[in-house]
Order: sequence, then C-alpha cells, then structure tokens
Amino acid sequence: MSSLLYLIPLALLLGAAALAAFMWSLRSGQYEDLDGAAERIFLEVDGDRAGGGSPETPGKSQ
Amino acid sequence: MSCCADLPTSVAAGGRPAARDEISIASRDLGRDLHQVELAVPGVHCAGCIRAVETGLMQVSGIEDARVNLSTKRVSVTWCGERAPDILDALEKLGFPGHLTGSDDARKDPELGRLIRALAVAGFSAMNIMLLSVSVWSGADLATRDIFHWISAALALPALLYSGRIFFASAWSALRHGRTNMDVPISVGVCLAFGLSLYDTIHSGPHAYFDAATSLIFFLLIGRTLDHVMRERTRVAVRGLVQLAPRGATVLREDGRRDYVPIDEIEPGLHIALAAGDRIPVDGTISEGTSELDCTIATGETAPRRVETGSGVQAGMLNLSGPLTMVASKRADASFLAEMTRLMAAAEGGRARYRRLADRAAALYSPVVHATAALTFLGWMLAVGDWHTAITVAIAVLIITCPCALGLAVPIVQVMAARRLFENGVLVKDGSAIERIAEIDTAVFDKTGTLTLAQPRLVSKDASDPHDLAVASAIAGLSRHPLSRSIAADGAAAGIVLSDVVEHPGLGIEARVADSVYRLGRAEWALANGTLEPNLNTVLGRDGRLAGRFTFEIALRPRAVDAIDALRKAGLHVAMLSGDAPGPASEVAEALDIEDFAASLLPAEKVARLQTMAADGRKVLMVGDGINDAPALAAAYVSMAPSTAADIGRNAADFVFLRDGLEPIPTTLAIAHEAGRLVRQNFALAVGYNAIALPIAIAGLVTPLIAALAMSFSSILVVANALRLKSGELARRPVSTAKTRTGPRQVALEPAE
Repeated sequence: MSSLLYLIPLALLLGAAALAAFMWSLRSGQYEDLDGAAERIFLEVDGDRAGGGSPETPGKSQ
Repeated sequence: MSCCADLPTSVAAGGRPAARDEISIASRDLGRDLHQVELAVPGVHCAGCIRAVETGLMQVSGIEDARVNLSTKRVSVTWCGERAPDILDALEKLGFPGHLTGSDDARKDPELGRLIRALAVAGFSAMNIMLLSVSVWSGADLATRDIFHWISAALALPALLYSGRIFFASAWSALRHGRTNMDVPISVGVCLAFGLSLYDTIHSGPHAYFDAATSLIFFLLIGRTLDHVMRERTRVAVRGLVQLAPRGATVLREDGRRDYVPIDEIEPGLHIALAAGDRIPVDGTISEGTSELDCTIATGETAPRRVETGSGVQAGMLNLSGPLTMVASKRADASFLAEMTRLMAAAEGGRARYRRLADRAAALYSPVVHATAALTFLGWMLAVGDWHTAITVAIAVLIITCPCALGLAVPIVQVMAARRLFENGVLVKDGSAIERIAEIDTAVFDKTGTLTLAQPRLVSKDASDPHDLAVASAIAGLSRHPLSRSIAADGAAAGIVLSDVVEHPGLGIEARVADSVYRLGRAEWALANGTLEPNLNTVLGRDGRLAGRFTFEIALRPRAVDAIDALRKAGLHVAMLSGDAPGPASEVAEALDIEDFAASLLPAEKVARLQTMAADGRKVLMVGDGINDAPALAAAYVSMAPSTAADIGRNAADFVFLRDGLEPIPTTLAIAHEAGRLVRQNFALAVGYNAIALPIAIAGLVTPLIAALAMSFSSILVVANALRLKSGELARRPVSTAKTRTGPRQVALEPAE
C-alpha cells in the first residue's frame, strides 16, 4: 500500500509529461509535413532548419 | 522528374507579364518588407525534389526563404521588396512547374488542432484510468479501490470537460434546432455515467464507470479526427489545383500608366489591357484590337469566338491570339461569375435537404434507447423500490447501449472509401456525398471539357517535306489557339529559327523561315488559291502554296465510351446537357450513344432541366466543368467535376477527379456502393451487439468490466469490418466488361467558326 503512495503519482507524472511533450510537438509544427520529414533525412544540409520550422520565421534574414 | 503525375500541370501561368503582379497580390505581408506566398508544386515527390526546389529558389534574387511541404505539395516562399520575383518562371526553369493556389485565407486549420488536442487528453485519461481499473477489477482491497476511484474521477474530469465538449456542443446545437443526432445519446450516456460514478465514489460504492466514459470519448474522437483529416486533405488538394480565375488585371490609366489592380477594385469604365493568355476578369466590351477568345470554360462552346472592337465579352473567357483592350462594364461582383454564384445559391436544393445516414439512424436510435432506460428504471422501482439500484441499472443500460460502435460505423467506412477514391484519383468533399452518389439513377453530363477534352486531337498531318512539318510545329508552338496546341504537342520543332512572326486572329499565324514565308491557318488565307480545293480546313502554306494539311477531330476524354457504357450497365439513365451549338453536341451524343441530349442551353436552363428531373423523383449525378455548369452542379443531387474545371465548378462539386479519363466515374460509383454495403453491415453488427447486451443490462448484471469489454470489442469489430473496403477488382470490373464494344470512336471536327 505504501509503495502506491509514490508509484501512482510517479506513473501519472510520466503520463502527463508524455502528454505535454506531444502538445509541444504539435504546437511547434512537427506534424505539418510528415511526408517531407521522412524524406528530409536524406538531405545533408539544413541542420538548423530540420523539424519543420514554422514558415513565419524567415530563414536567411536572421 | 516525371513521376507523381496525378495532378495536371498544364495551363502554365508562366510567361505572362501579369504573373509577377498576381503573386504580389496573393502574398501575405509579414512586416519588415517581407512577404510570403504559397505555391502549389505538384511535381515534388522526394528528397531530391525538395532540395532542387529549395536551393534553386533561394538563389533567385529577392527570395529570402523557400520551404517545401511535401505532404501538401506546396512551397512557401518568403520574398522581400516591392514586387514579387518571378517565382513561377524560376520554378519552370527548375523543372517543377508551379502555380498559385486557391484562396489562402485560413492556411492552418484550427479545427484539426482542437480535435487532436482533445484526442490526446482523452487518450491520456483513458489509458491511466484503464490501468487503475484493472487493479480494481482484479480485487483491490477497499481502501485502495476508493483511492483509485478518486484518482480516476480526477483524471476523467478534464477528459469530460475538454474532450467531451466537442460532442456536447454538437448535441446541444442539434437539440436546440429540434433535431437529434448521434451525439445526443453519446452525451447523455457519458454525462450520466460520470455523474453516477462520482456519486458512487463519494459513497465508496463498488462500481465506477470512469473507464467506460473516457474510453468512449477516446474511441469516438478517433473516428471524428480521421473523418476531419480526410476532408481537410481533399480541401487542400482541391485548392492546390491550377486556379483559372484571375486575381487582378492590368489597368490602363489615362496618363498612360499601367497598374496591376486586384479584381475587386476594378470599376466600370476602366480600361483593361489583356495580353494573349490572360483571362477576361470582368464583363465588358472590347475597345481595341482583334483576337479570338476561348469560351470553353465560360459557355461550353468549342469553337473559339472571334472578337473585335465593340464585341461584348464575359468574365472567364481566355484571350488566345492578340493583345486586346477592353472597357469594364460591370464590377467583379456583378459579372458573369457572380451571376453564376447567385444562381448556385438559389439552386442548392436536394443536397441541403439530405439527412446523413448516421443522423437518420440516431433519430430512430436515441428515443428507443432512452425509452428503454426509463422503462428499466420504472421496472426496478416497482420490483425493488430502491432509488439507487433503479438508477444504477438504468444508467448501466444507457452506458452499454451508448452508440460507440454506431458512432464509428459510418465515419470509419467513409474514411476508408475516401482513401480508396484518392488512390483512384478522385477527391471527395465530404462523407454525405458518398452516401448520395450510391443512390443516383440518372447521370447528366456537360459536353465541352467533360465528355470531350478542351483540345482537339490531330488525326492526320501530311506534308511532302518533313522540314515543313517541323516548321508547322515551331509556328504552332507560339500560339495558344487550341488547334495550334495540338499541332505543337504532336511534332518536334528542333532547330527551326522563326522571324517576323505575326498572329492574325481568326486566320492563323505567319512566320518567316530563311527566305520563305509560311502561313499556318485557314486555307483561304494561307494559300493563294485556297478556296479552290474543298475540304481543306487547316493548312500550312509556303509562299502561298500548299505545304501541309492537318485534320482534327473532337477528342473524347479517354475511356469515355467505356465509362458511359459502365454507367448504363449499372442501370443509370445517361443524358447530356450542353451549352454548345446543336451541331457539335449531337455529334458527341451520337458517338457516345446518348439519346437524351439538349444543346444551346443557358446556365439557368440547365438548372431548370435538373430541377424538372428532381421533381420527377429522379436522383441526378451532374458531371460538368464550366463556369456555366456551376449552378447545375449545385442543383444536382450529387455532382462531379474534372480537375481541369473552372474554380467555381470545382468548389461546387462533391467529387473532383484528377485523371484525364472518365473511368473515375464508374469507379466512384462502385466504391460508393461497396461503402454503403459495409455501412449497413456495421449497423447490423452494432444493433446485434446491443440486442445481446441490452437484456444483460436490464437484468442489472452489467459491471464496469463487462461494459468496458463490450464497448471495445464492438468498436474494434466495426473498424475491422470497414477495413475490408477494396478498390481494385470490384471497381474495375464494370469497365473491363465494356471493353468488348467498339474501339474509340471519334468525330470529325467542323472547321472553326
């Protein structure tokens, strides 16, 4: 019984962390171009641009 | 790169001087002198294409950033400065022709984000509650059980409030309008299950249905999200097709300036310059110049119309040969196009009255379920006399009959059907269209652009000297006239140097090669003695002597005969309504064995004919492409348009097919029938499951474990059944049996005019 006192909150915390991670990835636009993400691993350059940066951020000008 | 040839890449917008201004108008202002525009690039399909397009565009001066989205086949370009760089030309040179996409207002779809977030929350709650429930089911001691129930309640509350409101909102809006839909029994069941469980938790009762309530929301949200993804994909694909309506026009000011003005700001009385290849933006009158107009999209006429000073023109026609100046007589919102939009709004009938299958099922289902629950409550009150027991059993009835499987039965089949249709090159706007097309008994076709291709087919060319043929191809390549395009598409014109090229509207093109003068066009103009010989339509004349002759015919869409036959075999009545002259219309009708046809119809007359058919109780599929067909497409019970159709027609149609041939029509019909069969099976499964579960629930024997098992099992069964939907053999069979008929039959094309 006493082990439940920390195991259950721990389990819920992990679940909530996963949920938060999913929400973050959704918000940062990582699901906008799934086909493109699959193909882009074959491109050598673009290290800083990988991960579907939102089109609102202009690239070179920064 | 020539793969991924699903989307048509013709009708290039490149090369027109107005293209850059059009891009400027379509761009979004990002501030700091930066602008962003989205272009459809149907040709990209792999990492190599992505890099070619992105690095290629970045090298164009003025372009700050380019980012390809492979899923939507679009490139988002950020540019700086006053006027957009010529992105279309740059893409053309890279080998990936692109075009501007349709209205780019809501680029991101807020509804999808909401659904996915709701799905994530519901999934998180359902998984954790299920985990806790397993230990309760396997006999946790009293104190642990109560703690677990409390934790479950805390987890279920956000799922109910955040994820459940999608159903509550829809149920509430249905009830407020005096209707009922599938969301009503779902909402009632979920809320009561939560309320009862909360009550039992507070009083440390043995049973709590938090797991059933949250997993119900989770399963149903999966179906709903898939349904939304399918419709969104279609919407994006349709908007990505080549847009035919111009966004603006070059206005000639009185002081000689030329301004590119957005179409909404064109006022009557303004003078507008039209280069060859421009579409007429608003209704008006030609004030200067002679040319030919392609009216196929606007009125359905095959033969180009010759215009000169004083001729009236309608928005949507395409200027083929010479530069023109026109005076606008109406604003864009009063032009031909807007008139069609008004006709469409007035015509929309059969579709608005149609009630979705799921809603009709719900209308039967919810009264039965709610009455059963009420009777159960009364029965237990009479038999036992205990409030709590009676309510518990009644709510258990509601939970077990909660239409989880029923809520998934229709959308999951339609998602599968939409996917099969997509594989066959057909985009479907929404699920109700799949239900409606399965019911049709009549198919009505437009002629120009729907049964026939816009471009005539070159059947024979003969010339004594192959060099002359190459010259003809080279000359034809400079013109936008449909006959020239056919000649140019047919031959190679390498190494020919043309000079002094002049296009004479309505007659042909003249050009000089070395020291000969070639004329390609009408015989009486191109030849010195052209009228002497009969049956000469389009010829190539060298210094006035006959050098080559060309014969054309109206090109039916590929496999049109087979497709029409397949529809007839499926028991449909086939008819044709054309806006073209009776001559060409009857020829096409004859070639396709269509007895029921009418020609020279105005858009309103097409609508009237469809309404007469509807009044006779017929359910009509309308297939059309022109601006003049748009009202008819809206008036029909269900409608289809080819991807080459006018924007307004594509938006009005329920289905858009991307291939050249007509075989998608019988394929769609076959898939819709198969989908209808699977939906009925799914309904039978869901109802059968309820018939077994209901007596158990009424008897008061349902525990949370049974409820959770029954619900998951029935949902999985329904989804698995939907996955059986096939596209292949079943869909193709009607077409292949029709192959035994005659080969492609063609019609000789009358000389232009």
